[in-house]
Amino acid sequence: MSFLTGSWRPRPRVAVIGVPFVWLSIFFLLPFLLVFRISLAQMDGALVSPLLTLSDGVLTLQLHLASFIQLITDDLYIATYFVSVKYALVTASFCLLFGYPFAYFMARSERRWQPALLMGVMLPFWTSFLIRVYAWKSLLEPNGWVGAPIHALGIDEVLAFLGMIPSPDQLMYSPFSLVLGMVYTYLPFMVLPLYATLSRMDLRLIEAAQDLGATPWQAFWRITVPLSRSGIVAGFMLVFIPCVGEYVIPELLGGPETLMIGRVLWDEFFSNNDWPMASTVAVVMILVIIVPLAIFGRNQVQAQEG
Amino acid sequence: MSTSFPIPDDPGFLQIKEVVKDFGPVRAVDSVSLDIARGEIFALLGSSGCGKTTLLRMLAGFETPTSGQIILNGHDLSGLEPYRRPINMMFQSYALFPHLSVWDNIAFGLRRDGLPKDEIAARVESMLRLVKLEKFGKRKPHQLSGGQQQRVALARSLVKRPQLLLLDEPLGALDKKLREETQIELVNIIKDVGVTCVMVTHDQEEAMTMADRIGVMDEGVLLQVDVPNELYETPNSRFVADFIGNVNLMEGVVVDDQPSSVTIECADCVHYVGHGITGHVGLPVTVALRPEKIYLSREEPEGEHNRVQGVVEEMSYFGSYSVYFLRLPSGAKLKVSEENDLRLRESKPTWDDTVWASWPPSAQVVLTH
Ligand SMILES: Nc1ncnc2c1ncn2[C@@H]1O[C@H](COP(=O)(O)OP(=O)(O)OP(=O)(O)O)[C@@H](O)[C@H]1O
Ligand SMILES: [Mg+2]
Repeated sequence: MSFLTGSWRPRPRVAVIGVPFVWLSIFFLLPFLLVFRISLAQMDGALVSPLLTLSDGVLTLQLHLASFIQLITDDLYIATYFVSVKYALVTASFCLLFGYPFAYFMARSERRWQPALLMGVMLPFWTSFLIRVYAWKSLLEPNGWVGAPIHALGIDEVLAFLGMIPSPDQLMYSPFSLVLGMVYTYLPFMVLPLYATLSRMDLRLIEAAQDLGATPWQAFWRITVPLSRSGIVAGFMLVFIPCVGEYVIPELLGGPETLMIGRVLWDEFFSNNDWPMASTVAVVMILVIIVPLAIFGRNQVQAQEG
Repeated sequence: MSTSFPIPDDPGFLQIKEVVKDFGPVRAVDSVSLDIARGEIFALLGSSGCGKTTLLRMLAGFETPTSGQIILNGHDLSGLEPYRRPINMMFQSYALFPHLSVWDNIAFGLRRDGLPKDEIAARVESMLRLVKLEKFGKRKPHQLSGGQQQRVALARSLVKRPQLLLLDEPLGALDKKLREETQIELVNIIKDVGVTCVMVTHDQEEAMTMADRIGVMDEGVLLQVDVPNELYETPNSRFVADFIGNVNLMEGVVVDDQPSSVTIECADCVHYVGHGITGHVGLPVTVALRPEKIYLSREEPEGEHNRVQGVVEEMSYFGSYSVYFLRLPSGAKLKVSEENDLRLRESKPTWDDTVWASWPPSAQVVLTH
């Protein structure tokens, strides 16, 4: 009863673990359980059937697994998961490819320029996401600011050859425009964690490597890259995870062959009005793709900092 | 005047010639010239911010001299990148690679040279034996104590058999006791390997214990280079006298100048110094007198020179010796340290005693600047 006398205070350890725990419970676990509950139900007209019913003194628990069975047996869903994972992987890889050099030079530039550069990375967030994504439509027109140079340099021929666009004169509604839009949107989420780890790095380690005979290039690959692993993993997760479930960008910039899981989810909800199926799609995505990935990422980061 | 440092066979192994380094308006290193012999351990000693690290970093190639030349074993190093120099450095905070094991840290430099695997293994193992860390090869740096990390850093900088080894405050991160133990160990390892070594420290005892010769720096200028005992016995400036060990400094004027002696009048006493100086009557000078060269007695000493009467104002006991502070007639303080000899304990001076301090004519050093 010591808290009544005023001497009770939460131990620091309890607070350190407790706050994120409560946060996760309220904003992740609880909504997840709600969605999970819907996935085990059945549509009762416009309503979702209850799982527990009490009639004539009998309490019945009804778990409808129809959606789960359909998800496994119907090729559409599995195939769409693969497409989503593929585009999320490609997007995260490109973000890493462009984001790493950017974060590197930002972290190594003069201290007084760094806040301005950081602002620059975040500046796009000041305009509406929809407008920015929509703007790509006109930029990618054959005579648009991006479309014209791509055509002039003959890059569109290459893209068409690689199957990234349906034909050289059509950049929009293709895997190319989809990946472009997603990389553009998610690049800051890659740059920021990379910048955070790179700017914290002890530069004397690079000097030590060079002192021991490593060229600047070798020092980069052997010291800088391994030591920024936690930033790479964090950035990759931050891009990959939302990309898997991305709906708006594929909708605006994607083409017929870029059907992603977000679109399927939307259709189940709003076209088919099949809430349990939509919830099942979401639950499986979280359990099969995102949770294992998040655990993997956490272990990677811990392994480095351990 | 004796020199404990043997005449080296290659005195100009490392030549630093009028090296200057400016950081904008700050002159960190001011026209330093210095020759270091093959196999020598040389210590750069100076207070914080005097340019020691900057000089070391120019040797390693991390800073480019504003002007001047550095020549190692007959080769001019200017324009040579750090990774091409036959020089290895042990960093102030060790800079061990946190993601690599002890073994891989030590092997890092050998791998960059593309040595065959079995030779790398053999050399790393022998280094681990040398620094007594055979059992720790698989550990990561953060799983080691400070002293163990220091030895890994040393092994890493020695394994490539550099022509020149640079140590920046090699023991700075260790506590006092471990430091003293490690100093000797470190010298033994360096001498075993036979590498020429330039070390930086601001701890004069460490420099005295470890180095063959010491260079004292102040504000980017190299004031004096000498073997430790010469530096202590015959400092050439107020700064060096004050920096190396304890000293009483007295301002005075030359009143008699003979070829083999000089008499200097100070506020509280008249110094008779048993060697000539380059000066003249009327020249203002500073007389430096080490506390341990002064004797205390209750009876008045003979003669009129090299003595002063004072009151014991403070005394501290340090086991084998005691330190007294005498208040002199002019108000100045004189620091005296006396060995604690059991037989004399009865007559030891104590607080508020009036005593005589005296010293032989060979005790003082006359500083003309
Ligand atoms: N990169 C730099 N840019 C500007 N000034 C510098 C730079 N490095 C050193 N200085 C200045 O040069 C002077 C000498 O610095 P240095 O690091 O060589 O001192 P130090 O003798 O090693 O001191 P400490 O014992 O504190 O390590 C200092 O005044 C310092 O502020
Ligand atoms: Mg320093």
